[in-house]
Amino acid sequence: MTALSPPSAVDMSVDLAGVRLPNPMMTASGCAANGREMHRFIDIAQLGAFVTKSVKAQPVSGRGTPRMAETPSGMLNSIGLQGPGVQAFVEEDLAWLHSIGARVVVSIAGSTASEFATVARTIVRSRYASAVAAIEVNISCPNVANRGLVFACDPASSHKVMTLVREEVPRGLPMLAKLSPDVTDIVGIADTVLKAGAHGLTMINTTLGVAIDVDRLRPHLVAATGGLSGPAIRPMAVRAVWQVAGAMRAGRIKTAPIVGVGGVRHGRDALELIAAGASAIQVGTAAFNDPTAPERVGRELETLIAERGFTRLSEVTGIAHERFVP
Amino acid sequence: MTARTIAAREGSGVVQVDAEVLGNTAVGAYRHLTLVTPGLPEIARPGQFVALSVGDGTSSMLLRRSFSIHRVSPAGTYGATTEIVVAAAGPGTQELTRLEAGESVSVIGPLGKGFPLPSQPVPCILVGGGYGSAPLFWLAEQLRERDCPVEIVLGAASADRLFGVVEARRVADGVTVTTDDGSAGTKGWVSDVLPDLIARTGAGVLYGCGPMGMLRSMSAIASDHGIVAQVAVEEAMACGVGICMTCVMPVADQHGTTKMVRSCLEGPVFRGDRVRWEAFDDGLCRVPADAVGAPKEVR
Repeated sequence: MTALSPPSAVDMSVDLAGVRLPNPMMTASGCAANGREMHRFIDIAQLGAFVTKSVKAQPVSGRGTPRMAETPSGMLNSIGLQGPGVQAFVEEDLAWLHSIGARVVVSIAGSTASEFATVARTIVRSRYASAVAAIEVNISCPNVANRGLVFACDPASSHKVMTLVREEVPRGLPMLAKLSPDVTDIVGIADTVLKAGAHGLTMINTTLGVAIDVDRLRPHLVAATGGLSGPAIRPMAVRAVWQVAGAMRAGRIKTAPIVGVGGVRHGRDALELIAAGASAIQVGTAAFNDPTAPERVGRELETLIAERGFTRLSEVTGIAHERFVP
Repeated sequence: MTARTIAAREGSGVVQVDAEVLGNTAVGAYRHLTLVTPGLPEIARPGQFVALSVGDGTSSMLLRRSFSIHRVSPAGTYGATTEIVVAAAGPGTQELTRLEAGESVSVIGPLGKGFPLPSQPVPCILVGGGYGSAPLFWLAEQLRERDCPVEIVLGAASADRLFGVVEARRVADGVTVTTDDGSAGTKGWVSDVLPDLIARTGAGVLYGCGPMGMLRSMSAIASDHGIVAQVAVEEAMACGVGICMTCVMPVADQHGTTKMVRSCLEGPVFRGDRVRWEAFDDGLCRVPADAVGAPKEVR
C-alpha cells in the first residue's frame, strides 16, 4: 500500500476507439465478478470502466473444484465461465451497473461463433445499453465446432466470431478482441481480428498451465489445465503489447488502441504496459490480493507519470518504442 | 506501526485494514493471533471470517488466507481487536504464524454470513473439529444470552490439536472431548458421541465448524434426528470477497434448486441438509448433473 498521491496535473483520460474514458483503469474480466462485491471496497463508477465476467447465452455452472491453485507470483484457475446467462445478466447485473453510473465493458463469450453474436445482440438491445462503453469479445473460449480448440488460437475462427459480433454492435460502440498469448504469432491474430472489424485489442488473457498436487500425485485442478495469471505472466503481457504495438507503429497492421492486462499489481507494472503501447490498463488477479487495486494502481500510475514530467497519459503510450535503440 | 484503514465504504458491512499484530501466542499445535482492526469488531458476527494477505505488495503469494473469527473486541485497551487461530499448513500460513507483535498484516472482514441464531431458547450443540472450534465460544455466549442451553463437543486427531477445551468449560453447560488416538477425552470421532448427546439434551440445533467430513456426518446425524445443522464450511478461497469464483460448492436453495454458490458470500455457514455432500469425494467436488447450468453429457 502506498500513500495517497499528491494532486497532479496529469490528464489521464483515454480515447478508446472514440469513447472517452476519464482514466485508463479497468477491472479485468473474471477478476471482479459483476461489480457489487468490489463496490464494497471502491466506487467502481470512478474507474475508467468496469469489465464484467464473460457472459454466455445460457446459465453455466462452471467446473467442479478445486478450480484454483496458487503458483509463484500467480495462480491457475479453471472456473469454466460460470455465469447466470445473458438474460439474467442484463436484468440483474447490467441493470445494477447502470444504476450506479458505471461505464461498463461487457465481456461476451460463446461456444459457437453465433452464440457470441446472440449474446452481443441481447446486450446492445437491452434497456441498459446506455451503460455499455464497449464490448470485449473473449475469444479465448473452446470452440465446440473445432474440437474445443479456443477461437483465439485459430485465425479463421477468430475472424468468424468478430465478423458476426460486428454485425450486432452499433456504430460508435467499440468492440475489443481479447487475445490469448498461447499462439505462435500474436501479431498475426491481431491483424486478423482488426481486419474483421475489431476496434481495439485487449492483451493478454491467461496462459495455460498445470499444477500437480505432489501429495496425491495428480493434477491439482479438477480440469487438470488452468489459466495462469498474476505478476508471473507480466513479461508475457508486456511482450505481446510490445510486439503488436510495434507492428502498428511500423504500419504492418492497422492501428488501434490496446488495453494492456496481465500481472498488473502496482503503478509501475501499469506503466510498463503503457510504455510498451497500451492506452488503458486492466487489473485482474491483483484484485484478489487487494480489492482496491484497480483504483490504487491508477493513483500510483498517475504519480509515476507526473514524476517523469509528462502532463498527459497519451504522451507515454508506446514511448518505449521511441526510446528503443535496436 | 499502527492500524490503518484502507477501505471502509458506508453500508458495505466490511472493512479493509492494515492491522497491527498485537499478540501471537502458541495454543497447542496452533497460533492465536490478536490483531488491531478498527471498524471490524462492531459489525462482525459469530461464523463470519476474515481474509489475511501474506506479506506485503512484493510477496509472491498473492492469495488471501481465510480464518473464521475467534473473537472480537470493539473497545479493549488497544482499541478494536480481532482474534483468529492459525494452523501452519503451508508456506502462506507459516508466514502468518511467524508474524510478530508490532508487525502489519492486511485484513479484510467481516466476510460471509454468520451462524443464524434461534428465535426460541432451544438446546444447542456446538461441534468443533480441530481449530475449527475457534468461532464456537463466541457463538456459545450469544446463544446463552438467548437462554439456549449449550453443549460443546470438541474433536481432533490428538490432544494437541484440540482448541479451546478450557474456554469451552467456561462458556458451555457441558463439554465432551473426543480424539482419534484417545490422547484426550473419548477415543473416536465427534459423530460417535453426538446421537446420545442429542437424545440426552433434546437439542434442536447443531452448529459445526471443521473439516468437511465432520460437517457431512453431523448433517446426516441432524437429519436422522429431525433437527437442523448449521455448518461453517472450509473451501479453498483465493480472495474471500466474492470476486474470484473459486470457493464454489453445490448447495440447494429453499425450492430444491442446486447452484454452484460462493461459500465466501452465501456461506460459509450453510444448513447441512442443503449442501450436496455426495458431490464431494477424494478431495474433489463434481458439479451435480441437476445443478443449474451443469455441463450437458457430450456423446
